[in-house]
Amino acid sequence: MRNSSAAIPTIRAVLRRPPVAMVLASVYILGTGALVAGTPRSLPFFLLFIGSLLLLYYLQLPAWFKAVGMGVTLALLMPFFGTRNGFYMEVATQVGIFVALALGLNIVVGLAGLLDLGYVAFYAVGAYTWAIFGSGQLLKSWPQLSGIFPLGGGSPTGTAWFFVFLLVAVAVAAITGLLLGLPVLRLRGDYLAIVTLGFGEMIRVLANNLDHPLNFTNGPIGITPIARPPIGPIQWALGALGIEATPAQIYPVYFYFIVLLVVGIVITVTNRFKNSHIGRAWEAIREDEPAAIAMGVPLVRMKLLAFAAGASFAGAMGVLFSAKQFFINPESFTFLESIGVLTMIILGGMGSIPGAILGATGVTILNLQILKQFSLTLNDWKNAGVTILGYNLANLPPQLEPAKYERMVFGVILVLMMIFRPQGIIPSRRRKMEFEEAALEKEEFAAEVVDTVEPKAE
Amino acid sequence: MAIFEAHGVTKRFGGLVAVNQVEFALDEGMIASIIGPNGAGKTTLFNVFTGVYRPEEGSVRFDGHELIGLRADQITTLGMCRTFQNIRLFGNMTVLENILVGMHSRLKLSAVDALLRTRRFAQVERAALERAQEILRLIGLQGKGDELSKNLAYGDQRRLEIGRALASEPKLLLLDEPTAGMSPTEARTLMRFLRKLRTDLSLTILLIEHNMRVVMGVSERVTVLDYGLKIAEGTPEHVQRDARVIEAYLGTRKVASG
Repeated sequence: MRNSSAAIPTIRAVLRRPPVAMVLASVYILGTGALVAGTPRSLPFFLLFIGSLLLLYYLQLPAWFKAVGMGVTLALLMPFFGTRNGFYMEVATQVGIFVALALGLNIVVGLAGLLDLGYVAFYAVGAYTWAIFGSGQLLKSWPQLSGIFPLGGGSPTGTAWFFVFLLVAVAVAAITGLLLGLPVLRLRGDYLAIVTLGFGEMIRVLANNLDHPLNFTNGPIGITPIARPPIGPIQWALGALGIEATPAQIYPVYFYFIVLLVVGIVITVTNRFKNSHIGRAWEAIREDEPAAIAMGVPLVRMKLLAFAAGASFAGAMGVLFSAKQFFINPESFTFLESIGVLTMIILGGMGSIPGAILGATGVTILNLQILKQFSLTLNDWKNAGVTILGYNLANLPPQLEPAKYERMVFGVILVLMMIFRPQGIIPSRRRKMEFEEAALEKEEFAAEVVDTVEPKAE
Repeated sequence: MAIFEAHGVTKRFGGLVAVNQVEFALDEGMIASIIGPNGAGKTTLFNVFTGVYRPEEGSVRFDGHELIGLRADQITTLGMCRTFQNIRLFGNMTVLENILVGMHSRLKLSAVDALLRTRRFAQVERAALERAQEILRLIGLQGKGDELSKNLAYGDQRRLEIGRALASEPKLLLLDEPTAGMSPTEARTLMRFLRKLRTDLSLTILLIEHNMRVVMGVSERVTVLDYGLKIAEGTPEHVQRDARVIEAYLGTRKVASG
């Protein structure tokens, strides 16, 4: 007992020494990187590699080292592995998209305390903003515009209009956020949740039905092909370096870097808002609305700002999503998608920026890779006729198809999380304090009870 | 000189007249109290003054501005700030953050300043933090800035509420039953503190009290409400002897003797 308690702090103390931690982190990143490079198809190695970001976050390291470490991991190693196994690039890009969505929703729900169940609507608004103008969609109703649309002339090498619309969509989504915000200013809690849910559905139904009398969205069939960002400069730069690459090779990495850049901006914006008078005003509104107003917080302006800021992130990601997918239809923007993003911030820790990032990463990887892998493995076992506890999996009835367990396992994970770590994986400083103090109070109370029951020995 | 004036204020809830044609004025630098039995309309009057309710009739003027029609946050910006009868701190925010929220209307910053981290942002935030520490010292909560406000002891929470209101740099401080739940000794300490605040910060203070004894020592003028009507006004000594006040608090002679 004595030995271990003495040994543990020393190990910890050694780990806290920056040079040791730096070497450790570098070895870990490069080691797991080498493993992934060696076996690009291995999921466990990939997860270990992703874990290096967590390691960088948790170890006590100088800020410059963390920045360099994350830079190397995200901007060098990740795209390098992406060229070996294209699926990683897809996963990483999707993770980035969901990180931005989670951070946007985190402002509205986590900071300002406005439960928004229709968040995906803003994502849809962004996606359709680019899809309508970045494709030949408008020609279906206005053939005379054929000289103008699609923007960039439908060039297979993309168009710079993409970047213009990245900004346009931010504005359009922010305005949509204001439009939603205005009528729900007086609503709170359950009522707000229901109205936002309805709003989310409205946007989807609108996308589904706005194909007549004038065809804007092409209804359930969806819009394709959607123009992509310009590839010319990239090809030229690669050519100058003597690298030959086809657009099909370039685009996944290209999208990854755009997403990385936008996520970087989103994290900065969220951080700056959170650690300012605006973040404090949002949290005050979440805590006690009447008191916040009485203290001089302009409620209307602050709530609208929260809605607009949250929505604008989703708008930008919508543009990226539609260009990346080449095709969108209303099916991508269902209620389940809103709930998915909400799950990410609840799992990660409400109101916490690292929490939202980790939650989005975890849930996306879980959905895209781990659970897929899980059901594929089960399926393999089934096909191979593996016997578990005397039961031959080949006899499974079709109702118990392994693919159907994916959602169930996800649900079980959610329930377990809520039981054992309700504050989320990386709770915000405040929520952490709340939960810890509640536990402490319990302990203190127990100690008091013991003190009063047992007479003290002299 | 009257810094605050209310004329003919009437607030109805359906058929109930909660505040009825109340005339009220405050001179700059005075400590005044509104007292009355439970349900007399004290808090309703407070809510009318601070923009929570809009009265059916009457006008309320503060420092040359008409307040009727203004939002509560605009009224705070003009220099009136209040506390609440049942403490309404931002429980899951730290003590320091509570104070900083109180300063919101005084921070001349826009969202753009926060986004671009302008030099002005750094200056204003630093000044705000320093000022918040000063306020913590003033209310005797120094060193507790990082605690969650909901974990403070009851008396500390009451003081933090006053501190949070002071952070908005009010000229007129309105306190809704600040001694509720306090022992007589604690209440006396608080009253001494208020008197000190008044001189140090050249404040005007308006108290609402249910308990008559608490405010008698500190108030220069006492207004008594009963059933929404102003039934007496004057110095504490004068009000204490007023027959209608005694009746309102103790009931009619018949009930009292019977």
